[in-house]
Amino acid sequence: MEINILTLCYLIGSITFILGLKMLSNPATARRGNLIAAFGMLLAILGTIFLYRDDRGNRLHNYGWIFGGILIGGTIGTLAAKKVKMTAMPEMVSMFNGMGGACAALISIVEFNRLINDLSFTINPRLSDLTLVSLKTYLSKGELLIILIGLVIGSISFAGSMIAWGKLNGTIKDYSFKGQHLLNLLFLFMILAGIVYLMIDISKGFVLVSGVHITTLHWVKSIFYGVFAFALLYGILFVMPIGGADMPVVISILNSFTGVAAACGGFLYNNKVMLTGGILVGAAGTLLTILMCKAMNRSLGNVLIGSFGGGSAAAAKKQQGAYKEITLSDAAVVMAYAEKVMIVPGYGLAVAQAQHACHDLEKILTDRGVDVKYAIHPVAGRMPGHMNVLLAEADVSYDQLEEMEQANEEFPSTDVVLILGANDVVNPAAKTDPSSPIYGMPILDVELAKTIIVNKRSMKPGYAGIENELFSAKKTSMLFGDAKKVLQDLIAEIKQL
Amino acid sequence: MNSFLSWITTNQQMIYIVILMIFIGIEVIGRVPSVLHTPLMSGANAIHGVVIIGAIIVMGKAEPGNYLALILGFLAVILGTLNVVGGFVVTDRMLEMFRSKSKNQKARSK
Repeated sequence: MEINILTLCYLIGSITFILGLKMLSNPATARRGNLIAAFGMLLAILGTIFLYRDDRGNRLHNYGWIFGGILIGGTIGTLAAKKVKMTAMPEMVSMFNGMGGACAALISIVEFNRLINDLSFTINPRLSDLTLVSLKTYLSKGELLIILIGLVIGSISFAGSMIAWGKLNGTIKDYSFKGQHLLNLLFLFMILAGIVYLMIDISKGFVLVSGVHITTLHWVKSIFYGVFAFALLYGILFVMPIGGADMPVVISILNSFTGVAAACGGFLYNNKVMLTGGILVGAAGTLLTILMCKAMNRSLGNVLIGSFGGGSAAAAKKQQGAYKEITLSDAAVVMAYAEKVMIVPGYGLAVAQAQHACHDLEKILTDRGVDVKYAIHPVAGRMPGHMNVLLAEADVSYDQLEEMEQANEEFPSTDVVLILGANDVVNPAAKTDPSSPIYGMPILDVELAKTIIVNKRSMKPGYAGIENELFSAKKTSMLFGDAKKVLQDLIAEIKQL
Repeated sequence: MNSFLSWITTNQQMIYIVILMIFIGIEVIGRVPSVLHTPLMSGANAIHGVVIIGAIIVMGKAEPGNYLALILGFLAVILGTLNVVGGFVVTDRMLEMFRSKSKNQKARSK
């Protein structure tokens, strides 16, 4: 009876995951979808705690530890997720993803030790019982492979996510050296070699039951931990050279990795909900990664192998043109007397937490009769949809946000474009310069507007490391400074007019 | 070879699930607008937190004297819960903003 209820819990869990994902891909139902999936997860977790029986019909014990862990994890998780700033969402997702990967890797380690203990137990007392031992071996071989896959993928996901997290919050800088790809391949090879060796050695070891086995087991253990270490190293080196602008793509890949690692656990425990959830995320995550790459008009291989803008950044540096600055009061006048203003937000806005100031500027301009719109590039900021989330936080109305295609139609009739810390998404090199690393990426055609005011902190190139000739164009004037401060000063100036 | 084939037979249910789930996973998010990429990724991130169930089983099976299993299992439960709870809460926070946005829109159109 109980076990049937558990099966039902898992079934409902699996369905809610599928439904949840489906609803998450539609703006109208997304939030409900998330809650539905969360409900299914809760059901599956509670069911496991109270109803789970192992093969021999034993219940789980150590309830204190289980609830303690859930309490600690739940409290930290909720606090971290509630407190994190909207700008730091991407790194938070990466962090949680890494936790999931680490969880899968830890499960593999425990299960491996259990397997080894079981084996040494069966070998020692009854050496004569050859058939029993070899049967056991055969059964555990598939299990061992699953454990190893879970370990490797989970560890790569954990290490990679931690690096991605560090990169997004700025503690870890891009780092690459000559021959890094070769070294990565070497590590990958070592991991594979370790897995193959373990698989062969285990089967050999058990058919020939002899006194050698205890030492072999130690050896087997050290190989296992070697594979673990190499997987961690590989995860670090895999993400290290990839540029920060590509981190969303990397996080998405690692996300699907963790899904597969979770599915390995499903295989291990013959647990359908883990399998469904894991594979579902693995597949959806892979597709999502490809979709994200498409939105940025880059190929996945390009993201993973070519570190963004590495070579051409140096080449592009020489052609920094002359640019002119505009004073705050001039900018205020230009905007206050314009008919139509388009604001192009970018990462600079997110960093400066200037979304509220931006909304204030929009309100004060609208009060003066100026038509204000926001032009949102799909990958402005550090993640797709980043700007929508930020501006929504500041209560900017949805119908003032224009997607790229709409915005591009409106630029020719726009008097002033105010660019707030966006760079690569307005770089005309994407259309004109085939040698540019962002060539072919769809951009906002701001140069069609009558005047362009660019707010940046300095003349430094954007994340892709490419010079932007828009900044030295005749129509463009620069307004240097922190986005929030500049916006507040602009508001003050406009009020005085 | 033989063992591999029989492995497929013993695990055929699981293999069917894997294959079908791959197709469902791809099908289900096929038409997601780019605005929702981030929340969707975050939501998927929370869903793979289902690995917590494995952690609970590890923890619940650990013998009282087996400290390695106890400690690692305990850690795994904490990390898994972080993934699940954090993942769903972060996603909800992101989506909350989308909802308030569409509410504004409705209010405006009225």
